[in-house]
Amino acid sequence: MKLILFYLRKLFSVVRNEVLVLPSRVAVIIFFLFILLLPSFTDDVYILRVFTLTCIFAIFAASWDLLCGFTGQLNFGHALFFGVGAYSAALMNLHWQLAPWFSIPLGALIAVAAGLIVGIPALRLKGTYLALTTMAFPIIVMGLVFTFPDFTGGELGISGIEKLAPTRIQEYYVISILMLGLCTIMWKITDSNTGIIFHAIREDEIAVRASGINTIRYKLLAFCLSGFFAGIAGGLYAHFMRIAGPSTLEVSLSFQVVIWSIFGGAATIYGPVAAVFLLYPTIELFHLIQDYRTIVFAIVVLLVLIFMPDGLFRWLREKVEEECPRCKVRNIALRKTCRVCTAPLH
Amino acid sequence: MSMVLDIVVMSLIKGSIYALLAISFSLIFGVARIVNIAHTAFYMVAAYCIYVVTHYLGWHPVPAMLMAIVISILLGMLTYKIFLNPIREHEGAVLIATMAIAMIFQEIMTLVFTGSYLSVPNLIDGFIVILGVKVFNQQLLTLGAAVLVMVLLVIFLFKTNLGLALRSTAQDREVANLMGINESKVAMITMGIAIGLAGFAGAIVVPLEILEPHMWTTPLVMMMAVVVLGGLGSLKGSFVAAYIMGFTEASVVFLSPQGAFLKVSVALLIMIIVLLIRPEGLFGVYFEEER
Repeated sequence: MKLILFYLRKLFSVVRNEVLVLPSRVAVIIFFLFILLLPSFTDDVYILRVFTLTCIFAIFAASWDLLCGFTGQLNFGHALFFGVGAYSAALMNLHWQLAPWFSIPLGALIAVAAGLIVGIPALRLKGTYLALTTMAFPIIVMGLVFTFPDFTGGELGISGIEKLAPTRIQEYYVISILMLGLCTIMWKITDSNTGIIFHAIREDEIAVRASGINTIRYKLLAFCLSGFFAGIAGGLYAHFMRIAGPSTLEVSLSFQVVIWSIFGGAATIYGPVAAVFLLYPTIELFHLIQDYRTIVFAIVVLLVLIFMPDGLFRWLREKVEEECPRCKVRNIALRKTCRVCTAPLH
Repeated sequence: MSMVLDIVVMSLIKGSIYALLAISFSLIFGVARIVNIAHTAFYMVAAYCIYVVTHYLGWHPVPAMLMAIVISILLGMLTYKIFLNPIREHEGAVLIATMAIAMIFQEIMTLVFTGSYLSVPNLIDGFIVILGVKVFNQQLLTLGAAVLVMVLLVIFLFKTNLGLALRSTAQDREVANLMGINESKVAMITMGIAIGLAGFAGAIVVPLEILEPHMWTTPLVMMMAVVVLGGLGSLKGSFVAAYIMGFTEASVVFLSPQGAFLKVSVALLIMIIVLLIRPEGLFGVYFEEER
């Protein structure tokens, strides 16, 4: 009993002293609550469907950020992992009658293999070269999909896949909780030693190699991790939409994920996720002006970029929080002195 | 025999178009350091311009072509001035800005012309028979025009002062600036010229192709493959690689049963294999990373 009280008090003090003092942490808490409580506000099937898809794309965008934002391996063909995950989950479900619990992780493992295949030429290429080369992979796979329509369903895709869960609300909870979990895992990865090495590879690969770190292994690891998460997103998409079609491999999907991530702020994980949650539902709910929504989207992205080239959410965070010049702890911008070492902030 | 000639004609045409696109893309990349995803979107805009001018205004295709090129040059310089110049320091931002521009063009065309397939009349009708193969005059014209413009471009780049300024800016931006070259003006001029070339490519290819708002994605992918295969920033490389890609595409179309679906895949596969052996492309120089 005492122990429980002790932990409760500890939790309370952590929340009061570490979470509530920073607007960004409060925003994360509100976001988690919003995701978990959304079905209690509305049981509109359409809105739930939009947010389920948003969760799937949030995983996808965060996985791009893990590879490209952090490790700096610019990938313009990220739809490859998504599509491979979707197609292999669908095929395994259809031909071997595997339940979604098996087919999605297995599909993600095949996406990891795809990540290795892309990763090997990527080891020798850098920057723009790499970006333009990676664009080729999903298109190659798309050509194969169209060439063997008996196996892959060709233009129509594979349909008749098992549902993820019986009702929409259950599906929503499965996908949204997975999204929260996977994004937290990705954020933890970028915060760990491995993440620091990823970061260092982006900044200066030669220096990292000079420090005795096997950059080849870490770059392949980045491709595999990113492929795994994107593959899970693809598998979830296939089981949620109950179709795996060539649209999962399209160039526009690869571009879309780049736009989301850079719009939100690359190399942050929270930026891409927040950007997807801002952009995707807004665009979907614009169905009143169906014809104009893509153009509105493009113009908004363009205008935001001119004023905030580092990404919207990073810019917002810089506005509301300030780093203490002495002890590097973040503070709310309203404070005059640092909350830890009381050094003046301005 | 006739199939061989078919392949040759088609690969020459495809190759010339890819060469025009790839050379202009490398010009922008070399001089302004912009990866211009919207490059083939301008190609599409020029094609639609010709459709409007010939179809609604009823003009002859030749002035329509000229107008399309002028419009695409102006559009290119405007987008550079308004959208790309303010954010040129941020590589990622420039990248998605050009993507957004391409999407805007695609959507405008979808809104105005709907998604339906359109076509444009040939500049000249008729065909000639070479070794028993029917070759349309339009195809020969496209080929000739593409080669002529490439020759003019080479003369411009290597024989004029402005061309010298362009090449020196591409080699070293800072030193070129120190030598009194107005770097931002050169970048804008390059943007104009390169977009003009893309527009020209669109203008000469449009009678042979179907006009629709998504027509820019496939050439975009092929153009990037050509640029990477030839070596980023190498004009000679782009030229050679363009014909390699064109030839691959044409032979896959004619020789394999599912060719129409496989042509892009096979061409890209060849690019990746070459890159595995020679990461800097066929004629590229391997830059050490700037530190």
